[in-house]
Amino acid sequence: MSNHYFQLLRERFPESILEGKVHSPKRVYLTVKKESLVEVAKFVFRVMDARFSTASAVDCLDRIEILYHFSLDSQDVFISLRVVIPRERPAVPSLSGVIKGAAWIEREMHELFGVNFEGHPRLNRLLLPEDWPENVYPLRKDNQDKDIGKG
Amino acid sequence: MEKKKKVVVPIGPYHPLLEEPEYFALYCDGEMVVDVEWEAGYNHRGIEKLCESKSWDQVTFLVERICGICSTSHPIAYVNAVEDLAKVEIPERARYIRSIIGELERIHSHLLWVGLAGHFLGYNTVFMWAWKYREPVLDIFELVTGNRQSYAMMKIGGVRRDVRDEDIPVIRKVLDELKPKLEMLTQAVLDDPVLAARLKGVGVLTAQDVKDYGAVGPTARASGVKIDVRKDSPCAAYDLVAWQVITCQEGDVFAKAVVRLLECFESIKIIEQCLDNLGKNKGPIEVEVREIPPGEGIGHYEAPRGEVFHYVRSDGTNRPVRHKIRAPSFVNIPTFRASCLGQTISDVAIILAGVDPCYCCTERMLTVYQADNRRKIMDGREVIRLCQEKTEKLREKMRKR
Repeated sequence: MSNHYFQLLRERFPESILEGKVHSPKRVYLTVKKESLVEVAKFVFRVMDARFSTASAVDCLDRIEILYHFSLDSQDVFISLRVVIPRERPAVPSLSGVIKGAAWIEREMHELFGVNFEGHPRLNRLLLPEDWPENVYPLRKDNQDKDIGKG
Repeated sequence: MEKKKKVVVPIGPYHPLLEEPEYFALYCDGEMVVDVEWEAGYNHRGIEKLCESKSWDQVTFLVERICGICSTSHPIAYVNAVEDLAKVEIPERARYIRSIIGELERIHSHLLWVGLAGHFLGYNTVFMWAWKYREPVLDIFELVTGNRQSYAMMKIGGVRRDVRDEDIPVIRKVLDELKPKLEMLTQAVLDDPVLAARLKGVGVLTAQDVKDYGAVGPTARASGVKIDVRKDSPCAAYDLVAWQVITCQEGDVFAKAVVRLLECFESIKIIEQCLDNLGKNKGPIEVEVREIPPGEGIGHYEAPRGEVFHYVRSDGTNRPVRHKIRAPSFVNIPTFRASCLGQTISDVAIILAGVDPCYCCTERMLTVYQADNRRKIMDGREVIRLCQEKTEKLREKMRKR
């Protein structure tokens, strides 16, 4: 089943999808150009009527990956859109204009990974305390300072 | 700027309504709520970061401690994610046991919510009933797993311990006794004019709101959105037994209560069928998973409050390089921005409680005194020994009934 959606999206967005991997009949991972993220996400969310489950950022030391997980509940398929961005000043366009519920997970990734979500209406802290130091991102791999945040 | 003219009514971070710290700012115009802001993080324990320093097997125990109420939902979602990554198929007997534990948890969690909802409305009879009927379910847990909470049953590749044959009739008996009580409680709640007046038409969430905010679980199903991970993406034994997804159309707090109460009956149905199959199916309860290959995996499971989502990434070592966890309340709480607007302050309390934001109520404190000088001793081993003795006594008592 996931193969079908992989083909469908690749035909619909031949320029925007850089790479794709069908992990199993239930899981497909697509790497999307940063500039086309909103357009592809909008198609998956509105036209394919997928449910936005959540997003997850991964620090790979040479880059940061953000995965947006969409679930097609009636088909039992997860479509994960992957955006690869540099570790220095990472930024992606915000999806909160298309998906209201994306606003909170973007705030979380902003404070834990230091990713800037361009166009987000209110990119302030959600989980970390107000006195948390600037430019310290707890889920980055190089953040091993055990004293931070002990207060 | 517009907001600044309104009166802000704070709820939390410490508030009698919230058993756990969380902060809600209600922007009010007179009695009416016009906007809601949500601040979280008072309980942020850095579990995702901690997971990166634990082995694949240890993480199962760690994620069990995310939530005390749905303490088996996170491990099920996590083992699903790792099994998706490593492409592992688990034995059939393990599938039935996973479903039994998952559904028992749903019953006790839903009853806990019904009790709390009654309590928030000042209806303490409902609170007393619901929690009294919840107690035998916890006894089953202690009988089968040795613990009332944090059962440590899940394992990558199967389950950690078997359900003993002699316990099966005991579980059946407790469920048989629970059914008429649940029916009575459900009828009492459905027919009560006070509850209807307080809950019907209050905090309505439309199907479009559910889609926009990505709400899950009873919060979505009460608004007519028929999503349930157990049906849509059957793991464990959910495709091997017959059961129904419960939905309501109204989207108000009353509908959420109805969905939860009726789901308890479906859970009992699932458990009974699983128990039937356990008797027939005497296979192994796990397959050995020695190494986790590099790659990524997604696992999800229908917790009592909705879909829990786990994403894991492996680089081939014995620890995950990244583990993302999304609990259902993370997507259900933002729906307050839709369901609270235009409501009065007095109704907001129960609307906030309506999505069943996750509370921890599972601490059991045991103090041991020395007999001669009454000095307190808190020897961990002693406490564990006493707990085990208590569990053995309970097992004996339950099996005799």
